[in-house]
Amino acid sequence: MPEYNRTWLPKAEQFAGRCPAERPETDEPWTPAQPIDGLDMSVTLAGMTMKNPVVVASGTFGFGREYGQLYDISRLGGICVKGLTPQRREGNPAPRIAETPMGMLNSVGLQNPGVDAFIAHELPRLRDIDIRIIANISGNTPEEYGVMCEKLSAAGVDMIEVNISCPNVKAGGLAYGTRPELAAEVTEEAKRHSTVPVMVKLSPNVTDITEIARAVEGAGADAISLINTIRGMRIDLKTRRPILKMNTGGLSGPAVFPVAVRMVWEVANAVKVPVLGMGGVSNGRDAAEMMLAGATAVSVGAACFADPYAPVKTVDELAQIAAEQGLCQVSQLTGAVRPW
Amino acid sequence: MKVETKCKIVQKVWLNQDTVYMVLEAGSIVRDTCKAPGQFVHIKCGEGSFLRRPISVCACMEGEPEDTVAIVFERRGTGTDWLAQRACGEYLDVLGFLGNGFTMKPEGRYLLVGGGIGVPPMRGCAQYTMGRSTAILGFRTAQRAILLDCFRQECAQVLVATDDGTMGHHGFVDALVRQVLEKDRDFTAVLACGPKPMLRSVWNVAKEFGVPCQVSMEERMACGVGACLGCATPMADGTMKHVCKDGPIFPAEEVDWNA
Ligand SMILES: Cc1cc2nc3c(=O)[nH]c(=O)nc-3n(C[C@H](O)[C@H](O)[C@H](O)COP(=O)(O)OP(=O)(O)OC[C@H]3O[C@@H](n4cnc5c(N)ncnc54)[C@H](O)[C@@H]3O)c2cc1C
Ligand SMILES: Cc1cc2nc3c(=O)[nH]c(=O)nc-3n(C[C@H](O)[C@H](O)[C@H](O)COP(=O)(O)O)c2cc1C
Ligand code: FES
Repeated sequence: MPEYNRTWLPKAEQFAGRCPAERPETDEPWTPAQPIDGLDMSVTLAGMTMKNPVVVASGTFGFGREYGQLYDISRLGGICVKGLTPQRREGNPAPRIAETPMGMLNSVGLQNPGVDAFIAHELPRLRDIDIRIIANISGNTPEEYGVMCEKLSAAGVDMIEVNISCPNVKAGGLAYGTRPELAAEVTEEAKRHSTVPVMVKLSPNVTDITEIARAVEGAGADAISLINTIRGMRIDLKTRRPILKMNTGGLSGPAVFPVAVRMVWEVANAVKVPVLGMGGVSNGRDAAEMMLAGATAVSVGAACFADPYAPVKTVDELAQIAAEQGLCQVSQLTGAVRPW
Repeated sequence: MKVETKCKIVQKVWLNQDTVYMVLEAGSIVRDTCKAPGQFVHIKCGEGSFLRRPISVCACMEGEPEDTVAIVFERRGTGTDWLAQRACGEYLDVLGFLGNGFTMKPEGRYLLVGGGIGVPPMRGCAQYTMGRSTAILGFRTAQRAILLDCFRQECAQVLVATDDGTMGHHGFVDALVRQVLEKDRDFTAVLACGPKPMLRSVWNVAKEFGVPCQVSMEERMACGVGACLGCATPMADGTMKHVCKDGPIFPAEEVDWNA
């Protein structure tokens, strides 16, 4: 298709009854804030220093290409890329998305080009951006995790996030995340084959999340991230069919925020390794709250779908909040909750 | 290039009990992101709906001080209900234009086929070819017929089908597509938007007459830009493509019609 030709556009229709309304102060969806003097926004997560504590969550930001057309993603601390598997996967049948009150269900099912294609076609471009790159991986066996860790370490990602919690892969994904001894086995295998820090991502679909957290810490995890999505379901009243073709899917978005804060708080109290907190974080206030609960850094996920600028706005708002609270380092928020 | 901006509603007309025609001031959206007819915008429908709603562009208009965009939507649920309650002067949060649009040559001559709420997106195609195209529009019943005057002004010929026979041909649009192609198959392509069963039967007729066919697909969306992989639609070769980024327009032969 050649360059779009505007000549065919008709002239605007003449409207009767154009109603004047106050114009908003700006049409800009987001204006980057200036750095605040005397406030250090950087944080260190398992030895990896980030310019600020805001990361984008795996599966919600692709490989950074799309949202990179809207703003400069190097304003973010890190990007956690779409979950990678040893081979290319086409993912689950459609529909894969269902809206819920203040959130959504997804059953994407780890659609991705495979770890080799990521290293060849996506990583070099990401490397040129001043942003920490976290590779999120899912495998069917501990060996598969090991192979991917080796390749990704060699290719030069900054950290590996081991997803033992994706609820969409029948062959093991859920089992690893819900059984402490299996979670530990995968963690050990990943650690053995990695030269970069390994973070293990936990599933909230368990009775006691601290049990799994302690198991992966014991197996050598350098950090823990949580929460992945919570299993859920929606049904169409008229057709009596579940909206998702897979019947069930994973819930995320603001709806899960209080659950996530509680789990981050429990895990942060149960382990010594740092925690990357996520689940419904949509703005600076949420990020600060998640940090108070014990998170060293936070991820913004589904919030991007409602507002593509949510991650960069979160960075600016968090800085504002830290400054208002008189902090000189944003990391002072981490774990500073005062429980009753 | 993608743009998110606040757009003022400058005109709102009820086309029937459930369908609203709305014109928005589009800032730089048209200039920066308009590629071809058939693209869509992703609209935030208030705080009550978490996800944005994809709505096709019906027409873009060059204007002062800003270009304008017309959309047409039907009340279906919470999001489109909210949208239908907005008044002139209010602002909408619009992400757009998204998607690829139809692959068209300005000098081409197209057979445009729309069904129900799939009619409005075809209007851009009619305007693009400045009166050379033929439109076949299908509705449930005469009362649901919309935008007929626009298409009559902007097309060489307009044929209407209704499911109940209250206007035009009694039956589905594919019968009219066959009628037209039987007499004259000298169309650059058949372009279609509507429910999937309609698209499939239109494609079957086009295939029979050897005319290329492009269709506009629908799927539930989250991000609208290609980041979440939510809006997958299966292709005939077994791969998945994404309606928001690879589509919504696909060559009909690439679509998996049995899925
Ligand atoms: C590319 C594209 C272009 C479209 N263009 C138009 C248009 O020009 N005019 C128009 O009236 N409609 C159009 N639609 C359909 C429109 O997006 C849905 O009718 C609308 O999202 C329904 O929202 P709701 O809140 O009213 O319904 P609800 O049922 O409350 O919505 C719940 C969720 O399901 C999704 N959903 C429900 N139905 C559909 C559907 N048919 N397609 C995609 N998502 C759906 C919603 O987006 C939302 O996330 C288009 C859809 C797509 C994919
Ligand atoms: C569409 C979508 C795809 C996701 N894909 C992955 C994935 O591939 N790997 C993973 O570990 N988590 C995945 N997640 C989970 C998110 O990374 C995150 O843990 C979860 O959505 C909670 O955060 P949120 O509420 O901010 O979205 C996905 C979430 C969504 C909404
Ligand atoms: S809606 Fe997210 S990829 Fe299409």
